[in-house]
Amino acid sequence: MYLARMAVRRVVQLLPILFGITLVSFFLLRLIPGDPVRQILGSHYTPDLAGPVRKSLGLDLPVWEQYWDFLRSALTGGLGHSYFYNQPVSGLIGQRIGATLSLIILSALFTAALSIPLGMVSGMRRGGAVDQSTRVFLLIGFAVPSFLLGIVLLLVFAVKVPVFPVSGYGDGLVEHLSHLFLPAVTLAIPFSTVLVRSLRSSVIDILDSDFVTTARLKGISGWQVAIRHVLRNGIVAVITVFGVNLAFLVGGTVIVEKVFAIPGIGTLLVDSVSNRDYPVVQALTLLFAVFVVAVNLLTDVVHVGLDPRLAADAR
Amino acid sequence: MTAFTEVRTPRRGFVVPIPKPRWMRGRATLIVGVLLVLAMVVACVGAPLWTSSSPTAIDPAHRLLPVFSPGHLLGTDDFGRDVLSRILYGGRLDLAIAFGATAVTLVVGTAFGLCAGHIRGKTGAIMMRIVDLFFAFPFVVLVIAIITILGSSLLNLFIALWAVSWVNYARISHGQALSSNNYGYVVASKALGFSHLRIMLRHQLPSVLPGVIIFAMVDAVGNVLLAAALGFLGLGIPPPNPEWGSMISDGQNFIFSDWSLAIMPGIALVVLGLGLSLIGDGLSDLLRPQS
Repeated sequence: MYLARMAVRRVVQLLPILFGITLVSFFLLRLIPGDPVRQILGSHYTPDLAGPVRKSLGLDLPVWEQYWDFLRSALTGGLGHSYFYNQPVSGLIGQRIGATLSLIILSALFTAALSIPLGMVSGMRRGGAVDQSTRVFLLIGFAVPSFLLGIVLLLVFAVKVPVFPVSGYGDGLVEHLSHLFLPAVTLAIPFSTVLVRSLRSSVIDILDSDFVTTARLKGISGWQVAIRHVLRNGIVAVITVFGVNLAFLVGGTVIVEKVFAIPGIGTLLVDSVSNRDYPVVQALTLLFAVFVVAVNLLTDVVHVGLDPRLAADAR
Repeated sequence: MTAFTEVRTPRRGFVVPIPKPRWMRGRATLIVGVLLVLAMVVACVGAPLWTSSSPTAIDPAHRLLPVFSPGHLLGTDDFGRDVLSRILYGGRLDLAIAFGATAVTLVVGTAFGLCAGHIRGKTGAIMMRIVDLFFAFPFVVLVIAIITILGSSLLNLFIALWAVSWVNYARISHGQALSSNNYGYVVASKALGFSHLRIMLRHQLPSVLPGVIIFAMVDAVGNVLLAAALGFLGLGIPPPNPEWGSMISDGQNFIFSDWSLAIMPGIALVVLGLGLSLIGDGLSDLLRPQS
């Protein structure tokens, strides 16, 4: 009950941000220097052709009416019409969003699998061998761009030792997973550097707290304390950091999809830029931002749900 | 309300520094970082001194030469262009972005956050809401969207980076400026009736700067990687100008025959990124001595 109330209040707080997001993506198309219709049509531009395009974009209406139309159709799932593919943008996104979402989910799982053990061990055994090597891993993982890491993985695990497919998405669940494996690892490595850092510091904080001392005094073994008391609290911090940095992961998919030629919405975005397919770029910008805000909201709610102390504080 | 602020604070969470191996202690990281970046700057700025080949001269007779070919230390690409000279000349661009994009956003973002933190109240809150709005968009997506609108060129690349990444500095300096409002010397300077500008620049800025400068190194790495990523996606500066990201992308086409085409510019990118990260790491030890 409390959670539901909190979620509602949080959504209300988010309204100005959501309004801002729609405003930014709306004006993206209007900020094109010169005549947007001329830019869209490029060399096909003739005054006869320009009329209908202008009308279908609603550019002949006053700006506030245009914005109102944009908002109204966005709320009902209408995201405009793609000139290059000559079909509704929502349909284009619908065909591709599955691949992108699977990639995001898989890389989130890999990130957890990588950063929870690393963060736990380096926090529990400060200055130990794992901690030291983690530091080097963090330093390098941050300086290597994801597309280069992707190519190196591709070179090693798809070209030299052909364990995984080079590119594409395949058919069926098993093929999807094997196609998404390397891209997900590519995303997980830089992303886990962020999570390891924060998990490690929260583990160190938690080890100092009274309940850990109490548990130790009760004679519970070190690793049981680690899992039942330290990890349970540490995870809460990780979830928050995950939500906050989600935009980083989502942005990464745009690049990594291109490296592995995965037909997701990131590839659609990049292709649409070269095709000057402005309505698609506009719709995807809106979609990415709404997705990030929605997951942020979700992580906040999960955070409070997992940590009853926060709920008690707020009451 | 308090719960929500608490939920949101870990954005700039306190990070317990990791104890270093002995070889990384003291100023070693800083020195190694400076040396790496300096070597990169000398190599790229002085490119005409080290290589006589032009980065854009096409030579169909010597296509795809392997590494260590006579006259072409790192071989040639599919147009017969010398890879080494393309890396060196391309690095000028990436270095320009590391310093040019970062310097501008540092100043603008810090000024914005400092003002918002100093003013507080409704105006300050609205200013930071604008910053929050930028954080809702994945940076890559927003930068791509801006470049779509403006068209791809070097100037537009800078404009896109400037437009987007100042918000990080605004958030960092806002937090620090906000808490510095309560420091004794800031309260005292307000009581003495100093002008707002003087209080901000002479009294609040010094406490804001360390965090901002440390972040600037992280941000420089981020800017270089983002610019290279855009080059990789074909949205950076237009060809035939050499740029590391687009070289890696071109090299990916030859990954089955000659992987060095993609990896060599990648190594240059990693060396620059590593150098900048090490500087940031060393600076954070220097500027936060209590850790």
